[in-house]
Amino acid sequence: MNKDNIIALTVLVILIVFFPLLSPSPYNLSIAIFAGINALLAIGLSILMGYAGQISLGQAGFYGIGAYVSAILSLKAGIPVLLSILFAASVAGISAVLLAVPALRLRGHYLAVATLGFGEIIYIILNEFGPGGPSGFGDIPRLSILGYFFDSSTNFFYLTWTVVTLAMIFSINLIDSRIGRALRAMHDSEIACKAMGLDIVSLKIKVFVLSAIFASLAGSLYAHYVTFVSPSSFSLFHSVLIVMMAVLGGINNLWGAILGAIIITILPELLRKFEEFDVLVYGLILTFSLLFFRKGLVPIFIDKLKKLRA
Amino acid sequence: MLTVFLQFLFSGLTVGAVYALVGMGFNIIYNATSIINLAQGEFVVIGGLMMWFFTSSVKLPFVLSVLLTILTAGLIAFLMERLTIRPIQKTDLLLMIMITISVSIVLRGLLMFKFGKDPYGYPPFTEGEPISIFGAIIQQQALWVIGVTAVSIVLLYIFFNKTLIGKAMKACAVDPVAARLVGINVSQMVMLSFILSGVVGAIGGIAITPISLMEYDKGPMLAVKGFCAAILGGLGRGRGAIVGGFTIGVLESMTAGYLHSGLKDAVALIILLLVLFYKPAGIFGSSAIARLRKF
Repeated sequence: MNKDNIIALTVLVILIVFFPLLSPSPYNLSIAIFAGINALLAIGLSILMGYAGQISLGQAGFYGIGAYVSAILSLKAGIPVLLSILFAASVAGISAVLLAVPALRLRGHYLAVATLGFGEIIYIILNEFGPGGPSGFGDIPRLSILGYFFDSSTNFFYLTWTVVTLAMIFSINLIDSRIGRALRAMHDSEIACKAMGLDIVSLKIKVFVLSAIFASLAGSLYAHYVTFVSPSSFSLFHSVLIVMMAVLGGINNLWGAILGAIIITILPELLRKFEEFDVLVYGLILTFSLLFFRKGLVPIFIDKLKKLRA
Repeated sequence: MLTVFLQFLFSGLTVGAVYALVGMGFNIIYNATSIINLAQGEFVVIGGLMMWFFTSSVKLPFVLSVLLTILTAGLIAFLMERLTIRPIQKTDLLLMIMITISVSIVLRGLLMFKFGKDPYGYPPFTEGEPISIFGAIIQQQALWVIGVTAVSIVLLYIFFNKTLIGKAMKACAVDPVAARLVGINVSQMVMLSFILSGVVGAIGGIAITPISLMEYDKGPMLAVKGFCAAILGGLGRGRGAIVGGFTIGVLESMTAGYLHSGLKDAVALIILLLVLFYKPAGIFGSSAIARLRKF
């Protein structure tokens, strides 16, 4: 891990530790928790899109699997929450393999739309066959680890952001590793990679599975925090938002995923006062940032910083 | 038995006609620019809601309302191309996808602001008794939808094959550089393709709204279905979208009728995944051409 990442991680940890002390209102904490859940989704997607060069417009599908599977298992089957979260992650991972094997032969638009189709199918399944149908179900048990219950906003905040930090450390190390270098090489030229003897297909599948597991974990955190799930949280729109987070922050930078997730989570809250204008203003902000910050906020910020230093 | 089957068939063909129009809209833009315009569904919604606005709210005559609605859709498509597509010179696939999605959010926001969340409808084009074929009831408006679609298809065919501008647009689709070399203004053709596909979508919206009503957030689903139609027929193939649209419409209606109404929307997606996995070039597309396309 290089120096910049260590500094950034330290700053992140300090912010996490002090945030609930500086801003203890349950409202702020719950937004921060949603930001953390979204960050987890965006980090997974950022590895997949920014480093492996594969588009996914179906992340909300894995997010939904994570939420529904662990919620149903813990509520209906009485399985301990931690175990059902792990089970949900493996379901998401297996579905990712099943989707990836045929889908990753596709490129560009075709891959984008295949993943979109997958996400929508999951959404329809949740709507039709999920408990409670379109209106969802509640009373999902809260998470407890070794008898310790995560039942307040504060401790759930720490839990969520600890998971985000661990995911971040894992991802940074992954990208620094041999696999990470192979991924970046694959992003630049698949043919060159094949010529060097890299097994591209298995690499792509692995990354796809990783991003699905991150999304599933995010979904489980969501379900056991809100204790209520309904299909509308896992629609195509959320898939789009996840892509937006990664793109807005800077698709080639993992820190961008966190920044993007925070911005996209806070934005609707700030736009509350626009009332019926909110969708419009939201769309305009997204369009403008795509047009004017094409590289993403974090890379632009780094460029500015470098210029200042020079 | 037959009656029920025919009933499902006709309602499938009616919806399928709109999917075909949306699919053709996708193809027109894809051919000119290699962009998938995911805001395509919003133009159908614009068609339906603006038509309601002009006929039922402002109470203008029918023909004038149609013209004004088409003009509005064309203008919005024009603005979309000039303001968001044109500034991005370098075609970055991901950026393009995200831009068209964010434009669709803006359009939805505008529609919601103007029309609210209620569904809107207006009377069918012609009053009169439904037609009965072997006991199956067909509303006159359903015939209008299919008729309007057929006329649009013929007009588009004539435009692309018989007029100079249409041929120039086809040339841009084949090879933009060569088209530029023979003096075709490629940028203008891209603009035209957006306007054309916006108008095609709006026509679909105008025709279907008396049957299915229209609300501000119908766009994304229509876009997905239309895209499935385009992919099923082979992306970029004119007749492909037509066959694809009707096929998906009919299968959807059969699923809703015979299996389970909630699975209706899954049909198109499952077909989409199957086609993508087994024959990504679609029914009419050639896999050799598909491999040569950049995206």
